[in-house]
Amino acid sequence: MKYALLGYGPPAGLDSLSPAERATWDADDARFQALLSERGCVVFGVPLDHVTTATTVRIVDGEPVLTDGPFADTSEVLGGILVIDVADLDEALDIAKQCPAAGVGPLEVRPIPARE
Amino acid sequence: MTAAAIDDVHRREWARVVAALARSFGDLDVAEDAAAEAFAVAVERWPHIGIPDKPGAWLLTTARNKALDRLRRESTRSHRQAAAHDLLEARATASDDLPGTGPVDDDRLRLVFTCCHPALAPEARVALTLRLIAGLTTGEVARAFLVPEPTMAQRLVRAKRKIAAANIPYRVPAPPELPERLDAVLRVVYLVFREGYAPSGGQELVRAPLRDEAIRLGRLLVELLPDEGEALGLLGLLLLHDSRRTTRVDDAGDLVLLADQDRAQWNTDAIREGVSLAAQALHRGRRPYALQAAIAACHAAAPSAEHTDWQAIATLYGELARLDPSPAVELNRAVAVAEVEGPGAGLALVEALATTPGGAALARASHLFHAARADMLRRAQRDAEAADAYRDALARNPTAPERRFLLQRLEEISSK
Repeated sequence: MKYALLGYGPPAGLDSLSPAERATWDADDARFQALLSERGCVVFGVPLDHVTTATTVRIVDGEPVLTDGPFADTSEVLGGILVIDVADLDEALDIAKQCPAAGVGPLEVRPIPARE
Repeated sequence: MTAAAIDDVHRREWARVVAALARSFGDLDVAEDAAAEAFAVAVERWPHIGIPDKPGAWLLTTARNKALDRLRRESTRSHRQAAAHDLLEARATASDDLPGTGPVDDDRLRLVFTCCHPALAPEARVALTLRLIAGLTTGEVARAFLVPEPTMAQRLVRAKRKIAAANIPYRVPAPPELPERLDAVLRVVYLVFREGYAPSGGQELVRAPLRDEAIRLGRLLVELLPDEGEALGLLGLLLLHDSRRTTRVDDAGDLVLLADQDRAQWNTDAIREGVSLAAQALHRGRRPYALQAAIAACHAAAPSAEHTDWQAIATLYGELARLDPSPAVELNRAVAVAEVEGPGAGLALVEALATTPGGAALARASHLFHAARADMLRRAQRDAEAADAYRDALARNPTAPERRFLLQRLEEISSK
């Protein structure tokens, strides 16, 4: 069963951390990456660049309309995506609880429906 | 052959049937519907053929067949159900010999932990538990919580859909996670009871069944987890609170203070059982529900309000405050200390509490803080300050009988 872990946080992302916080983050992340490779459950995972680099596309009246920036102006923005393949929600939540992103902002765990 | 006899079977067997079906079919919706259909067949047939020797087995077989019929009809259902279907067809006689995955092998326990999973919203946990474990109908659950039936039906559908879509596992948690997960289960039972205990006037009768359901659920947890002290503690706490159900409210529907209740009318059977459970729970570990049950036991065992063992209560609250600190617990501790050491000692604790963020919030919102403080000031002969504190309490929305009580005290002090 696949789950997407969607990490939200301040728009400045890791740049909002102090040097000491950043060092803690790096250590936590190294531990988390070790956990992931030990479990062998990662399907795919990427951090995302700043929202200021985003371009939003909408089709309005059949025409594509481009907007500079994210789709919504919110205090917390999507900062990274991790897709894991595990047995059930308990295992997904166990991994999410150990993900350092959960300490920076909310980490949403969403099941990915199997294709019939 | 009475409806009461069928009701009795329903009470005893509902959760077992739902739980066994849930394991076989991997789908709570299928399990719930098939169980309900099987009981409907029983209600129709048993008056003619009599109650079978093994009503549980009869119901389970009937329900399995209903579920298989449904799956055959809907052969394009999900893979998971198709797999369950194949599995069942392969095992011509469905047996219940799958190995357990947790410390206790009982399907009902799996069902309890699934319904009370922390990934579900608390109100969804409560609704699922009442529907799937306690066997209330959706309409009964809706009425108990004073929401329209379609709202409750929607809540249940959403919760079951999440369990299926997010693959919330159907199992008893492994020992390392068990204490935390058990806390969530006990919390659900406590919430059901508190809902039934809400002293909100005309709703009292509507909600009374919830107290019985909570106690039944508490008994089920003790049966399924006999070594868990906190399950014993919770059941003891509920029974001790419930022993006062007839004296809590007067004929006018008003709340009666503990000290003014007619102790002769307390339910002595419930008190005896509750006190015994509290003792067993404490013996297994001095944890929050065990301590609360022990405090309730001190009150219930006192022959009169004046003969309450406040020293023991103060000590127990002290222990509870260290283990599971909250402003409400600290306020109760201060009240008990004031009874033992005098109002000055209690006031010192209350003033200290008011300097903490949680205590300040309690003082802003709750009349209880000011009522307790006012009473201590009155007993310390600090009448002017006591009068102010009574006014502070009156300004914070006390219930009608509390208001009358506070006004009377305020008048006594002012006319000195």
